[in-house]
Amino acid sequence: MMLSRVADSIYWLNRYIERAENVARFVEVNLNLLMDNPVGVAQQWEPLIAVTGDRLLFQARYGEITSDNVLNFLTFDCDYSNSIISCVRSARENARSVRETISSEMWEQINAFYLMVEDAAKNKPEDIRDIYAFYADVKMASHRFVGVTNATASWNESWHFGRLGRLLERADKTSRILDVKYFLLLPSAKAVGSPLDNLQWISLLKSASAYEMYRKAEHTVTPASVARFLMFNPHFPRSIKFCLCRAEESLRTIARSPEGDPLISERALGKLRAELEYVTFDEIFQQGLHEFLDSLQFRLNQVGEYIYTDFIAPPSVPQPAFSQMQ
Amino acid sequence: MSFKAYDPGDFYDELFTAPGVPRSIATLLIERIESLPIDSLMLRQQAAQHTLFKMGVTFNVYGDAQGAEKVFPFDVVPRVLSGQDWAWLEKGLQQRIRALNCFLDDIYNEQKIIADGVIPRATVESASGFLPPCMGLKPPQGVWCHITGTDLVRDRKGDWFVLEDNLRCPSGVSYVLENRTVMKSSFPSLFEALDIRAVDDYPSQLLSTLRGLAPDNISKPAVVLLTPGAFNSAYFEHSFLAQQMGITLVEGRDLVVDDGYVKMRTTQGLRQVDVIYRRIDDDFLDPQVFRADSTLGIPGLMEVYRQGRVAIANAPGTGIADDKLVYAYVPQMIRYYLDEEQIIPNVPTYFCEDEKQQAHVLANLDSLVVKATDASGGYGMLIGTQSSKAEQAQFAEKIKANPRGYIAQPTLCLSRVPTLIDHSFQGRHVDLRPFILYGRSQSPYVNPGGLTRVALKKDSLVVNSSQGGGSKDTWVVNGP
Repeated sequence: MMLSRVADSIYWLNRYIERAENVARFVEVNLNLLMDNPVGVAQQWEPLIAVTGDRLLFQARYGEITSDNVLNFLTFDCDYSNSIISCVRSARENARSVRETISSEMWEQINAFYLMVEDAAKNKPEDIRDIYAFYADVKMASHRFVGVTNATASWNESWHFGRLGRLLERADKTSRILDVKYFLLLPSAKAVGSPLDNLQWISLLKSASAYEMYRKAEHTVTPASVARFLMFNPHFPRSIKFCLCRAEESLRTIARSPEGDPLISERALGKLRAELEYVTFDEIFQQGLHEFLDSLQFRLNQVGEYIYTDFIAPPSVPQPAFSQMQ
Repeated sequence: MSFKAYDPGDFYDELFTAPGVPRSIATLLIERIESLPIDSLMLRQQAAQHTLFKMGVTFNVYGDAQGAEKVFPFDVVPRVLSGQDWAWLEKGLQQRIRALNCFLDDIYNEQKIIADGVIPRATVESASGFLPPCMGLKPPQGVWCHITGTDLVRDRKGDWFVLEDNLRCPSGVSYVLENRTVMKSSFPSLFEALDIRAVDDYPSQLLSTLRGLAPDNISKPAVVLLTPGAFNSAYFEHSFLAQQMGITLVEGRDLVVDDGYVKMRTTQGLRQVDVIYRRIDDDFLDPQVFRADSTLGIPGLMEVYRQGRVAIANAPGTGIADDKLVYAYVPQMIRYYLDEEQIIPNVPTYFCEDEKQQAHVLANLDSLVVKATDASGGYGMLIGTQSSKAEQAQFAEKIKANPRGYIAQPTLCLSRVPTLIDHSFQGRHVDLRPFILYGRSQSPYVNPGGLTRVALKKDSLVVNSSQGGGSKDTWVVNGP
């Protein structure tokens, strides 16, 4: 049993860190890909905006899609709530407000992460593409935070809220990366199987840090097997199924519902996980991969909303005038 | 590093009786410091500051441009008190708290002390901390001031005085505890060699005091610490104490009055709260009773408190004893309620409401200390000897406009302790804030020593953290 407000902060600080990590990973891979790509493939920057789902916002703030605009938007734009800097700031604010409930190592790590990002923002190079190494630092800082959390925090309700937030975020981001890239990676039938095509699929795998593990599990690169790996592989920590299974475990631990009487958030997440568990790839392609992933994202959002009403702000209890939805 | 060049000057020095002559309780300490090369001492100082910063022992200064967290500067040279001095101070503080508690209980109930003409009704009712909604309240065991921080000073001759009482939300004990932790790693051999009274018992004593406030029929009382939140200047202390006691740190929005009880919002639904250690000013506790615009408190809290269904420490209403004019009557309170003479004297105080005294004050602004009766944190004060004519004129106007709002006291020349300033030892003025707990047991518990606050600016007499002060560890040493 813990304070609702504290659970909410732990859940969100973990989501924000995971979000920052995913942005960094995706940007890094695309920067990498650009260096391999022949001149002329200019749509390279568009998918990065598409993945965020914030295209309209980007257009309103920047207008034209250029490498500079996109990188600034995603990395250092303080007025964009899902930029790396905004996510890390939000994570730190949440951590600060519940500092006494997290270990000192966790706090120190978040603080160090924050200082690193703030420093990079202050010392931006002329050509923003020169901060390539920064994205690797962001990923490492996120990994360090998770490592420190797992090593120093009790694996109790608080820890489970953190894991729940992190994994729901990860499932969402993996599905978006897959969704966007999948359809953009097939420019024409002629290109299938060509070196360019392969490069693109490999980049998609790298966007999810999945390339090496993929190679161990599958030996050739085909669109279907890549999609299958990222959605269904039971062992790979960034696959959607992996995330949903572990998230469900944490949610069950938190809810402690009696047998046969789950909370609505448990029902929603359970159903979603079961679908990932038992749906066949053919069934997905019949429905349409894009539609499937779109629906997954929608249902993940719903799970998030149910978590809020089950644990943080139950409608039956009068809420304070100043609750914060994040 | 040597104290050869250190001159205690024309002040009471806590560690030296004369240049080069340490007090007997400080001899071993001085020897140890002198045996350390300057670099080693500076290193220990820096390490101590760094540890405190990493631990998060910080505070936020209101109105400071930087806003964010600052370390409360820490000086590695401790202040040392003898066991005998301490025993006397302890008795004096216990006496004072008992009398203040009687006063609070009386003033919010029968008001016998007013009826018997010991303190004027007008004085009590004009105190900004006097809260009419608290009339008739009967807190558990009749205890109002569970946690008090009383500020003590020594004058040039080494005589002790009580400077003021802080009975609302006194802060600083977390620095006492963390400073001691840091000192133990700076001077481990001294802790072995000397018999220094431990301070670490405070959190247990505090928890036991708080638990003791719950109604008898509750075997496992739910105790919480109510904080205004992470942006409050003393937030570190709130979270530190909650952690040390193993209780939940809550903000107003985590609590709600439901079905006649105070409950906290948890992931498993509402849970009853039995005792609230509140670090929020009375005014903000309950928007239904006090300030309606407060977002920090709990609507309906006072009604639950009145019904005896939740205990609050310190009890709402104690702020009246923080009033500096009411402070001036403490010797009379001790006589009236305990039939004893005050052990630790008050600083002589001039009442600006009295015509003759006001005239004297106005004529001597350049040598007196004038304080606003409802101020704290070192704000609203004029130190005559260090003020300009313009500042004095300003205060004169304020006094004439609102005589009840000001008192004046002779400038005490506070005692000093050698302090490490820029690679040398220099004397800096200090005060002492011991922390006193009062609960179910007969005698108030006084934590050995307390927070020594030091005015880091040369010649400054203002020790508050908000005004450039720092702190030192305080050692109560049982004599050689």
